[in-house]
Amino acid sequence: MRKFYALLSREVRSYFHSPIAYIVLIFFLIISGIDFYFQVSFMNQRQAQYTVQEAFFNSVFFWFAFVLIFPLITMRLFAEEFKLGTIEPLTTVPVRDWQVVLAKFFGALAFYVILWIPTLLYFVIFLKVTNEPAAHSVGAYAGSYLMLLLLGMFYLSIGCLTSVLTRNQIIAAIISFCAITLLFFLGLVQFILLDVSSETRDLLGYFSAIEHMGTFSRGVIDTRPIVLYVSMTIVMLTLTHQAFQSRKWRL
Amino acid sequence: MIKVENLTKRYAGQPAIRDLNFEVSRGEIMGFLGPNGAGKTTTMRILASFMPPTSGRATIAGFDVFEQSLQARAHLGYMPENVPLYSDMRVTEYLRYRAALKGVQHRRVTERVGDVNELCGLKGVENKLIGALSKGYRQRVGLADALVAEPDLLILDEPTIGLDPNQIRQVRELIKNLGEQHTILLSTHILPEVEMTCSRVIIIHKGRIEACDTPENLLGKIRQAGGVVLEAKVGKDIGADELKKISGVREVITDGEDDWTRFSLRVESGVDVREEVFRLATERHWAVRELTQRRATLEDVFVEITHSDAV
Repeated sequence: MRKFYALLSREVRSYFHSPIAYIVLIFFLIISGIDFYFQVSFMNQRQAQYTVQEAFFNSVFFWFAFVLIFPLITMRLFAEEFKLGTIEPLTTVPVRDWQVVLAKFFGALAFYVILWIPTLLYFVIFLKVTNEPAAHSVGAYAGSYLMLLLLGMFYLSIGCLTSVLTRNQIIAAIISFCAITLLFFLGLVQFILLDVSSETRDLLGYFSAIEHMGTFSRGVIDTRPIVLYVSMTIVMLTLTHQAFQSRKWRL
Repeated sequence: MIKVENLTKRYAGQPAIRDLNFEVSRGEIMGFLGPNGAGKTTTMRILASFMPPTSGRATIAGFDVFEQSLQARAHLGYMPENVPLYSDMRVTEYLRYRAALKGVQHRRVTERVGDVNELCGLKGVENKLIGALSKGYRQRVGLADALVAEPDLLILDEPTIGLDPNQIRQVRELIKNLGEQHTILLSTHILPEVEMTCSRVIIIHKGRIEACDTPENLLGKIRQAGGVVLEAKVGKDIGADELKKISGVREVITDGEDDWTRFSLRVESGVDVREEVFRLATERHWAVRELTQRRATLEDVFVEITHSDAV
């Protein structure tokens, strides 16, 4: 465990040693700030059936920024080590492969969580200024942040997989961007294509991140998406581990 | 300490190393010599568990490098070629990280890192970013990294590559001192270094071991095949033709721009042609200003054994 912790702390620290982390942080916080502002302004002008917190987590701005950050966070995880050759000192010490893979994944997850913490401030400020909560219940807050965590885990694990498959960070970023966007759009199909049967629509609905966020941010914590995302994350991480182990034969 | 049996590695069908067999005992300093592309780095990488061999086996301290990789790695301090390091970490930070990864006990980490900093001459740069260090210092950090867990065995891939002569000397001294407590396998092109530090030498060429012996024995095998050097006042071609006629002379290399020509003669083993050369020179009335027997060096052994073609 000590070795895992050493690997993990190094991963998290290395994020903050690189300019990319700060660029992602700034870009992301600007967009989410603008999002919050727009949602509140919009609701200022007309009545709405939903809460500020729901609006924030389901808006176009949110999804746009959300899908974009994952390739940026994960592209360097393995690809950079392969490129620089630092994979050699990493794999010739008595450390197990799964420790390396999980340390990288959890390092990325830690960074992702740090990225989202400032948004809690928005709701605190809203509460202070208007004396009204931004959500119906604590469950709504919990639900939306839980969904963020689940989606984050899943998309980060996809990013880990693409990073381990190549030495080139840009390729890793592009592939993970395409994969995540495609998965995301799977959820939109039901709205775009009108001539799909209702069974197909339901099926796609099970996979739809948008729908999941919609239900969770209303405080409805459905265990089906939880199982989906946790199991899919495990699958992606297992594949990443396999790909990482197979590098020895891929020289 | 190291035992290699029939080790073979193929890259896409092309063999990089073929049926290597050698042993390194505890306390030895083994030099690994070979031209570029001979298979030194490949062998070291296999020993360090970076990649598996295509066939054959290798063991470190009795642990198979592939089957019992974790235990094998625990006995080893490896310094790869071109020392890849994380440029965004500071020296001490990096060494502490590596100590943790190698299983150095928590309370001993500070002590070990301090020891190793001092040993490798890193005292002045402990808090500098690795990215800001010069090549010489980076190599030292790599060496410190290899030493931090006090391994029984050190595998150093070209530890002095790219260093200036002062730094090479320092590293050489360091390796010699380390040899008293550790087993060392190092690869290098710098032959005088090998003569000075290594107890045994393996010469590898095109993936096969061509020689494996102490430096003295290797030199002894070709001592007579050293050479004779003559500097005489005679034309290059005339002198070379005459000298070639002496029995025992295999090759004559000429050099020189003015009246004096320097003839380097490669002779067969066991034949001393100096007397013949002197007699020839006096008969032909050549003025002679140098006539010496050149002692063979490891470089001669190397060149002879590997017949290196120009790159």
